[in-house]
Amino acid sequence: MSLIATEALTKTYGGRVTALSDLTVDVEPGVIGLVGANGAGKSTFIKILLGLLAPTSGSVRVFDLDPTVVPDKVRTRVGYMPEHDCLPPDVSAAEFVTHLGRISGLPRTAARERASEALRHVGLYEERYRQIGGYSTGMKQRVKLAQALVHDPDLLLLDEPTNGLDPAGRDAMLALIHRIGTEFGISVVVCSHLLGEVERICDSLVAIEGGRLLRADRISAMTTASDILAVEVSEGTDELSAELTKQDFTVTRDGRLLLVELSEEDAYDRILRAVADLDLPLHRLDQRRHRVAELFATREKADV
Amino acid sequence: MSEASVIHDIGYQRYDGPRLGRGAVLGAIYIHGLRAAFGFGRSAKSKIFPWLVSGITILVAVILAAVRAQTGIVALNYVQFDDAMSWLVILFVAIVAPELVSRDLRSGVLPLYFSRPLRAADYLGAKFVALVTAVWLVLGVPQFVMFLGAAFTTKTGMSGVWNELGDLLPAWGYTLIWAVVFASLSLLIASLTGKRAFAAGGIVALFLMSTPIFGVLQLLPSRTAQELAGLASPMMLIGGVGNWLFPGHGTGMPIGRFGPVYAIEAATVIAACLLLLLARYRKVASL
Repeated sequence: MSLIATEALTKTYGGRVTALSDLTVDVEPGVIGLVGANGAGKSTFIKILLGLLAPTSGSVRVFDLDPTVVPDKVRTRVGYMPEHDCLPPDVSAAEFVTHLGRISGLPRTAARERASEALRHVGLYEERYRQIGGYSTGMKQRVKLAQALVHDPDLLLLDEPTNGLDPAGRDAMLALIHRIGTEFGISVVVCSHLLGEVERICDSLVAIEGGRLLRADRISAMTTASDILAVEVSEGTDELSAELTKQDFTVTRDGRLLLVELSEEDAYDRILRAVADLDLPLHRLDQRRHRVAELFATREKADV
Repeated sequence: MSEASVIHDIGYQRYDGPRLGRGAVLGAIYIHGLRAAFGFGRSAKSKIFPWLVSGITILVAVILAAVRAQTGIVALNYVQFDDAMSWLVILFVAIVAPELVSRDLRSGVLPLYFSRPLRAADYLGAKFVALVTAVWLVLGVPQFVMFLGAAFTTKTGMSGVWNELGDLLPAWGYTLIWAVVFASLSLLIASLTGKRAFAAGGIVALFLMSTPIFGVLQLLPSRTAQELAGLASPMMLIGGVGNWLFPGHGTGMPIGRFGPVYAIEAATVIAACLLLLLARYRKVASL
């Protein structure tokens, strides 16, 4: 069964601004990245999924339910984490998440238990009894995630969950989202304008731009199997490039970096040996996966 | 390894217990609102004002009851008590109504409410009833204190108690009218801004500004104008309705035969405020 299915979904505001146009996607359960620049229509899409906005035309189904017809049934099974600040400063996280659990229909004791569970899962322990006003941005993001989890949804809609976080905080948040998707058995839609960020944790990817679908597919279908090794040497970059090309490697030059495709088992060792043989001062070796971004690069340029 | 991996081994528990319906959710918001009105679950600072007002009204009631028990003088009857406390009630709603709605607007918490199975009407209904209850308690409890004082010192035995109860119950009804009118007006004003100070100022201003208009109208030489002057001020409006519904209890404000006009205006004001609130939140709820 598909998780989210839309058919020619279109949303215009006041007949002039087009937020979504003719969007047709069919997404399976898992961790889904929804990628697009600011203003691409990601938030509009999420609000339509929640039944907060009615589409101008086209149809949308979440868990095979129509959010425009039975929004309550959809919302019971969905957790939403908004992009913007949405926490009152003068209550404790425990109390706040409990209250929202009750608004989702949990009985009092269950709401309290699940609130502390949810806060524990996002990594807030004793500090959950402190007032939210004193929290760091990272902790606030965690509280926002916890309130989306408290009623045990089947789908999480996360709007820019890494907003405002430092690199370490980003990694922690992404790891947490990945764990929710894989271990908790909850499907997650992660909105982001940073492709490189979500591609690490997603099973499938939906890219939209200007309200139109760029591409929707599983990550595995988008990335080629081979990895890339980035090599940086202080000098003799050209010599190394020539040497590696001679050895039948596919080498691309990217500034001071050489990007070498790792096609065979022993490729890594052979590249190292080539550097050693030429006696070059090695600066950096960095193994990367093919970036999905590269798949979009040409299309995005074409659109501009 | 790190502490996180220990936690992570406990695993995530799915919830398969009951999920309650609309009524329970409404109840949760109502209780939450009523608690917030008196500062429960909030900082000590937010308890000061509601409890100051409640303390003063109860103190006045105790004094009234004591004076009556000692000297037999009824300085204020139950209905007049509401009118006499009007300024305290205005201050109370000016603090509590923003606490109930402006706070949610300010902190941007509404998207979290409305992405759950909750309608704008349910949210508003629960907040409205919570404020009505809070205002009613602020006036109704002191009235009950006055009743207790009178009932225990009555010299006519059981029939005296019954007489008192016959006075108290209509007065509680009058208090309810106060609560409903004040709650609808103040919630509407508070829902317009996320800044609590502005909302409080606006509410006080509404009641403050309308009183001089009433005063001017009452100075007009026409008797009809004098009798209709109360329509200009929410407080006098309630007084007029009270005079019409419970003749002989009230402050004796001259309303002539315009009682029904007062009642119609009161009903219209309440309905209009609630509809405007709903319209406002329809917009807010779509985020």
